[in-house]
Amino acid sequence: MSQVAEPNQQRASEDAAGAGGGSGLRLRALTKEFATFTAVRSLDLEVPSGSFFALLGPSGCGKTTTLRMIAGLESPTSGTIELAGRDITHAKPYQRPVNTVFQSYALFPHLDIAENVAFGLRRRRQKDVDEQVRQMLDLVELSSQSRKKPAQLSGGQQQRVALARALINKPEVLLLDEPLGALDLKLRRAMQIELKRIQTEVGLTFIHVTHDQEEAMTMADTVAVMNGGVIEQMGAPAELYENPRSTFVANFLGQSNLIAGSVVSRSADITTVDMHGIAVSVPANRTHTDSDRGWVGIRPEKVLIGEVGEQLDAPGNTIPGGVVSDVSFVGVSTAYLVRMPWGQELQVFSQNTGRVRIFAVGDAVELSWRPEYAFLLDHAQDASAGAAL
Amino acid sequence: MAVMTPRSGGAGTRLGRWMRERLVLGLGLVVLAYTFVPIAVVVLMSFNKPVSEQSKIYKFSGFTLDNWKNPCADPAMCESLLRSIEIGLLATVVSTILGTLAAFALVRHDFIGRSSSNLLIFMPMAAPEIVLGSSLLAMFVAAGLGGQLGFWTILVAHIMFCLSFVVVTVRARLAGMDDNLEQAAMDLYATPSQTFWRVTFPLVFPGILGAALLSFSLSFDDFIITNLNSGNTTTFPMYVWGVSRRTVPMQINVIGTVMIVLSVTIVLIGELRSRRRRPA
Amino acid sequence: MTRKRGKTGYLLVIPGALYLLAFFALPFYSLIATSLYDPSGSDFRGYEMTYAFGNFVDAITDYWQPLLRSLAYGGVATVLCLVLGYVLAYAIAFKAGRWKILMLVLVIAPFFTSFLVRTLSWKLLLADDGFIVNTLQFLQILGDDGRLLATPVAVIAGLTYNFLPFMVLPLFASLDRVDYRLIEASGDLYANPITTFFKVTWPLSLPGVVSGTLLTFIPAVGDYINAELLGNTNTRMIGNVIQSLFTDANDYPAAAALSVILMTMILALVLVYVRRAGTEELL
Repeated sequence: MSQVAEPNQQRASEDAAGAGGGSGLRLRALTKEFATFTAVRSLDLEVPSGSFFALLGPSGCGKTTTLRMIAGLESPTSGTIELAGRDITHAKPYQRPVNTVFQSYALFPHLDIAENVAFGLRRRRQKDVDEQVRQMLDLVELSSQSRKKPAQLSGGQQQRVALARALINKPEVLLLDEPLGALDLKLRRAMQIELKRIQTEVGLTFIHVTHDQEEAMTMADTVAVMNGGVIEQMGAPAELYENPRSTFVANFLGQSNLIAGSVVSRSADITTVDMHGIAVSVPANRTHTDSDRGWVGIRPEKVLIGEVGEQLDAPGNTIPGGVVSDVSFVGVSTAYLVRMPWGQELQVFSQNTGRVRIFAVGDAVELSWRPEYAFLLDHAQDASAGAAL
Repeated sequence: MAVMTPRSGGAGTRLGRWMRERLVLGLGLVVLAYTFVPIAVVVLMSFNKPVSEQSKIYKFSGFTLDNWKNPCADPAMCESLLRSIEIGLLATVVSTILGTLAAFALVRHDFIGRSSSNLLIFMPMAAPEIVLGSSLLAMFVAAGLGGQLGFWTILVAHIMFCLSFVVVTVRARLAGMDDNLEQAAMDLYATPSQTFWRVTFPLVFPGILGAALLSFSLSFDDFIITNLNSGNTTTFPMYVWGVSRRTVPMQINVIGTVMIVLSVTIVLIGELRSRRRRPA
Repeated sequence: MTRKRGKTGYLLVIPGALYLLAFFALPFYSLIATSLYDPSGSDFRGYEMTYAFGNFVDAITDYWQPLLRSLAYGGVATVLCLVLGYVLAYAIAFKAGRWKILMLVLVIAPFFTSFLVRTLSWKLLLADDGFIVNTLQFLQILGDDGRLLATPVAVIAGLTYNFLPFMVLPLFASLDRVDYRLIEASGDLYANPITTFFKVTWPLSLPGVVSGTLLTFIPAVGDYINAELLGNTNTRMIGNVIQSLFTDANDYPAAAALSVILMTMILALVLVYVRRAGTEELL
C-alpha cells in the first residue's frame, strides 16, 4: 500500500481544487427529531474544503444521523445543508456530490469488485470507466482482485473496495461511517495511516464518524466532539485534548482527574482556586466557568509524583498526604492511583525514565503539577460525564 | 493440577470413541437412506416387465426397457401429465407475480391492514388441504358452478395455495437483504428505478426463482384439493390415483424417475452456481 | 428498516390480498354456510339455509371414530417424524461438514417425485409377500399370517415418510443457527452429552420443533391418500370421509360440517400447543 499512479493523483487533486470553490460544507441549525427523541439539536457546523474532519462521540450521540442527513439518506426536521454554496438540504441522495463509505461496506454481493467500483460512474454515464476503475483499484492495491465477488475478499480488502467505490466519483465530500469498525486492531491502525495518506493525495473533504477517540485524533485535522445531539467542542486534536471545555470532553478524550474546588480570586490571566485547602492556579484562558465553584482538571500524565519532602520539578503547589493505593506497571510508564486526604483517588501516569523510583502500594507520596496544564470546568457538569463510554 | 492420563489406551476404546463420534452422522445417514427406499423402488419398477398386460400384481418380475421406449403406452397418462404441466406453469406464473408483489408490500411498505394481510396470507398454510378443497367446492357449488368444475377451477385453487408459499419465500429473501445496499446504490447516483433493477431485483431474484420452483412442484403434485374441484378433468396425480385401484402401468415410474432426476439436477446446478460465488 | 407509506403499498398488496379473499376467505365462509344448510337438500333440488346446527351433532355422532383416528395417526406420525427428523437435522447441521448442502438437497429430492407414486412404492414394499414382511416373519416379529399392508402400522409409516421433510427443514433451520460453541461450552462446564442435549441443544431448537411439528401434524391429520392406498376400511381417516361425502354421497352439509369441525379442532390444538411451547411466532 504505498505506490500510487502519479497521473491519477494529480488529476484527482486538481479536480477537487477546481470543484471545491473554497466554501466547503455548511450545516445551519440542523435538527432531526424522531418519534421518541431528538437525535440532532440545532447543529451549526462548517467544514472547510479539503479538510479531514472527524465527528467523534459515543453511540447514540447523533453523529451517524448527522452523516446520513449530509448523505441525503435521512431528511432533516429543520435547518439547512449547503455544499459549495448550493443548498442541498432536500436533494435526493443520487443528486448530491457526496459519497459514503458504509460501516458494513454495503458492497453489492452480486457484482464483482470492478463492477462495484464502476457503479457510480456507470450511473452517471461517464466515459473510460474501465480505465478509471483500473487506476482506482491500483490506488487501493486491489487490481489483482477485480474479477472476484465481495464475499471472496477479506475484511480489510472489502473496506478498501468500499473506499474505492466512493472515491472514484470524486465527491465534494466523502463520508466515512465508522469505516474501520469491523477490522481488528492491527489492521485498523494500518488502515488509519492508509486513509490519511489517500486523503492527502486526493485532497478531498473527508468527514469521518467514529466513537474511537484515538482514531479521530490520529487522522483528523479538526475533531468535533458530539454528545446528546449537540457539538460539545470542536478544534484541532491537541487543542481539544489540552484544553477541554466540558467534563464530557475531558473524560471522553483520554482521562482526566477532576477535583472539586471553589474560586478564590480571578485576575486577567490567572484564576486561583481553593482545592480542599490547597490553593492552585489555573490560566484564565483555561477557565471555563463563571461560577464560584468548579472542577479543577488535570491529565494524569501531567501529574508529578514524588517522595514526601522531595523537590518536584514544578513551580506549582505541592499537594501532600497522598498514599499509593494501586500500581500498574505498563512498561513505558507506570499508572498509579493515589488516595488523597479528602478521600478521592487521583490517577497519575509516570514515565519510566529511570530518574524516579517506582512506588509501591502504601507508600506516602506528594503530588504536583505545572499550573499551565490545569483547567477549570463548570461545577454544574457531571464529573463522570463521558468517562465510561 | 492433576496429570492428565488417558482412561485407557486400548484399541477397543479408540474404536468405541470413533464410533461414538460418528454415531449421530451414521443415524442421520440411515434416516436419509430410508427416504430413498421408495425412490429406489420407483426407479427399479420403471424397468419392470409385468407378468401380463392386465396383471394386477404390482411386483418386479423381469427387466425391460419397454416402459422407457414407450412412455405414452396409455395415452390417458400422457394427457394427464401434459395437463398437470400446463396447470403447473400457469399457476406458477400467476402466483409468483401476485405473491412477489405482495411480499414487497409487506416488507417494504406500511399500509392500513398490513397485519390482517399477513394473517390472510398465513392462514391457507395452516389449514389442511381437505379443508381448503372442501371450502372451494362449497363456494363453487353455491355459485352455481357445480357443473363446470374442471381445468379453470383447478387452476384457481392451485394459484390460491401457491400464493402463500410464494409470499413467504420471497418475503424471507427480502427481509434478509441488507438495506444498506439500496442506500449505497442511491448514494452512488442510482435513481430509484435504477436501484430497483440493478440492485434490489438481482438480489431478490434467487428467492423469486425458488418460489416459482416450489409453486410448480406444489401444483404439479397436488391431489387432495384438485380431486374435490376437478369435475371430469384428470391431472397426473389423479391419473395415478385412478390406476392404483386397477392396473398400474409401469410408465408412471418412468415419469417418477424423470421427475427426481430433473429436480435433483436443477437443485444441484443452483447450489453449484451459488457455491462458486462463495469464498473457496 | 423504515417502511414507506403511500399508495404503492396498497397497489402491490391488493391483487394478492383480493385473490385470497375471493378464493380462500370467501370459500371458507361458504363452507361454514354450507355446514348449516338443511341436510335434506341435494345438489339437484338445491339447499336451503336453515341454520341446522344439528349437522354438527350428527357429524360428530356418526364420524367420531375417524375423527379421533385422524388425530391419533397424525399425532403418532408427528412424534415419529420428530425423532427421525431431529436425528437427521442434527447430523446435517453439526456433523455433515462440507457435505451439509448435499445432504440437504438429498433430504428434499425424494419429495419432488409424485406423492402418489411414492406412496404406491410403499404399497409394494409393505406387500404381504414383500421383502419387509418376509424378513419380519423370519425374525418372528410378525406372525406367519401377520401383515403390514392394510394395517394402521402401514398408514402411520406412510404418513411419517411423506411428511418427514416438513419436519427436517424447520428443525435444520433452527439448529443451523445454534452456535456449536454453546454445545461445546456445556461440555466444558461438566454437562454430559445427554444433559447438554436437554439443557442446551433442545431449548435452543424449540422454535424449529414447534414449527416442524405444526407443519407435519396439520397436513398429516387431513391426509387421506395414505389411509386409502396403504390401509383398509378400518383405517379410514377423516379426509376419506369428507371426500366421499362430497363426491360419492353428495351430502354437502355433512361434509362441510365435518370440515369445519376438523379445522376448529386443529386451530384449538395449535393455539394450546403454541401457548404451552411458549413461542408466539409461528413462521
